[in-house]
Amino acid sequence: MTAIKQAALFACLTFVSAAAHAQALTGTLQKAKETGTVTVGYRESSIPFSYLDNSGKPIGYAMELCGKIVDAVKAELKMPNLKVNYSPVTSSNRIPLLENGTIDLECGSTTNSVARQKQVAFGPTYFVINVSAAVKKDSGIDRFEQLKGKTIATTSGTTSVPLLKKYAKAEDADFKEIYGKDHAESFLLMADGRAAAFVMDDILLAGQIANSKDPSAYKILPGSLRSEPYSMMLRKNDPQFKALVDKTIEAVMKSGEINQIYAKWFTSPIPPKGINLNFPENAANKEAFAHPNDKGVE
Amino acid sequence: MLDLGIFGEETPDGDTTWAMSLLSGLEYTLALVALSWIVAMVLGSLLGVLRTTNRRWVVALGDAWVELFRNIPLLVQFFLWYFVVPAFVPPLKRMALEMDPTRFQLLLSVVCLGLFTSARIAEQVKSGILSLPRGQRMAGYALGLTEAQTYRHVLLPMAFRIIIPPLTSESMNLVKNSAVAYSIGLAELFFRTREMGEMTFRYFAAFGAATVLYVVVAFAINRVFAWVERATAVPGYLGGKR
Repeated sequence: MTAIKQAALFACLTFVSAAAHAQALTGTLQKAKETGTVTVGYRESSIPFSYLDNSGKPIGYAMELCGKIVDAVKAELKMPNLKVNYSPVTSSNRIPLLENGTIDLECGSTTNSVARQKQVAFGPTYFVINVSAAVKKDSGIDRFEQLKGKTIATTSGTTSVPLLKKYAKAEDADFKEIYGKDHAESFLLMADGRAAAFVMDDILLAGQIANSKDPSAYKILPGSLRSEPYSMMLRKNDPQFKALVDKTIEAVMKSGEINQIYAKWFTSPIPPKGINLNFPENAANKEAFAHPNDKGVE
Repeated sequence: MLDLGIFGEETPDGDTTWAMSLLSGLEYTLALVALSWIVAMVLGSLLGVLRTTNRRWVVALGDAWVELFRNIPLLVQFFLWYFVVPAFVPPLKRMALEMDPTRFQLLLSVVCLGLFTSARIAEQVKSGILSLPRGQRMAGYALGLTEAQTYRHVLLPMAFRIIIPPLTSESMNLVKNSAVAYSIGLAELFFRTREMGEMTFRYFAAFGAATVLYVVVAFAINRVFAWVERATAVPGYLGGKR
């Protein structure tokens, strides 16, 4: 064998082994394979996306979609006994916990924003919300403009905070803001009369209202401060896992299965109290399901 | 690697920079610490003294106070004061509805932190008084001083000198404990730090700055107390120079 032939053979072998390496697992999938576990982050009171039922088990629309992803990971790794851990997260610690590997996938009510995309990646949009305000029916407030000069509650660490401040500036409205550390607390501030309105994503408001003592006492204002896409959050620069997430969720959307899952959580009675949110698919949601995408909002 | 430019950047509402936002948080922290320190010192000294008298029901009351505030986590106390107590105390409820919400948060934080710390200071004042030889109290009475005069002129001057070191720690703890007020939404330093972290994702810079500010405040208190300790030292006693 001549030296040239040897070199050619060596080159071929190198190429083959490089190709084999390209198939090797990276990122989250590699971590799941090595540790035999995958950890899903959930929210404790983001109804109906991700919350605890009476037995303390995390359930919800987002949790169900993430269940599909977990199943896909099991199939991909050929590890049917892959252990799935569930870890509670809050709106303030979800990004650090994802980045440091405490959780591998966050399934809650996280807005996919361009700013957040600098830190993390998102799966396909599974819900589109409008930022609106919940008020008491007997408050006599029907429009956003009537909130001028009033105290407004919102949850710290959410995108509603800068949004509200921008709106106040644009409309020359003088709000007093108070912050709850979670949605239940912010709602309590409004229900208690300490704030005239609770400004948050409309579906979360619907969830808080549905779970309150007297759901008929509250209403959500029409109009919207802005629309935001919700999506599951995963680590950035993890192309294998991202591809798996996209493929899995797109399949659910394209097959129409998403409509049944949607109906189960948004237009039927849901645990823990058997309340119906009565929140049918709107045009924005239909569009998101028809054309799966992970575009973030500015 | 350490890019400090973030502190000069505007906050999302465009009102101010992040540095100014943190400093406005520091203002609330300092106000909260100063006011609750006064509440804690006044109440704590009073209760500490009462617990060393021989009136049984007064001692029992003081003991109950200390155990109540020492045994409930501070975070829970903040929640109780802000959400639960107003529901049962109508005047407080009225204040909650009518007062400026930020002022109301500050007021309740001062009350909560002040009472919590008063229990701890009461314990220290009591131990300071009990550490004095029994003969001092008796000497006071033998001189014809009343009980109140004995405390004022004989016992407390020495007791307070003895407890300056633990009081220093307690006052520094107060600074650190003030961060828990974020849980009821008071926009103090820790609240602003979290806000900055959440909105810029520059957690390292935000918490680094907060760490420095907390250390500076706590250390300043440490130095003030060290000065007080030197300035009030009695020559030949407790390490005072002859």
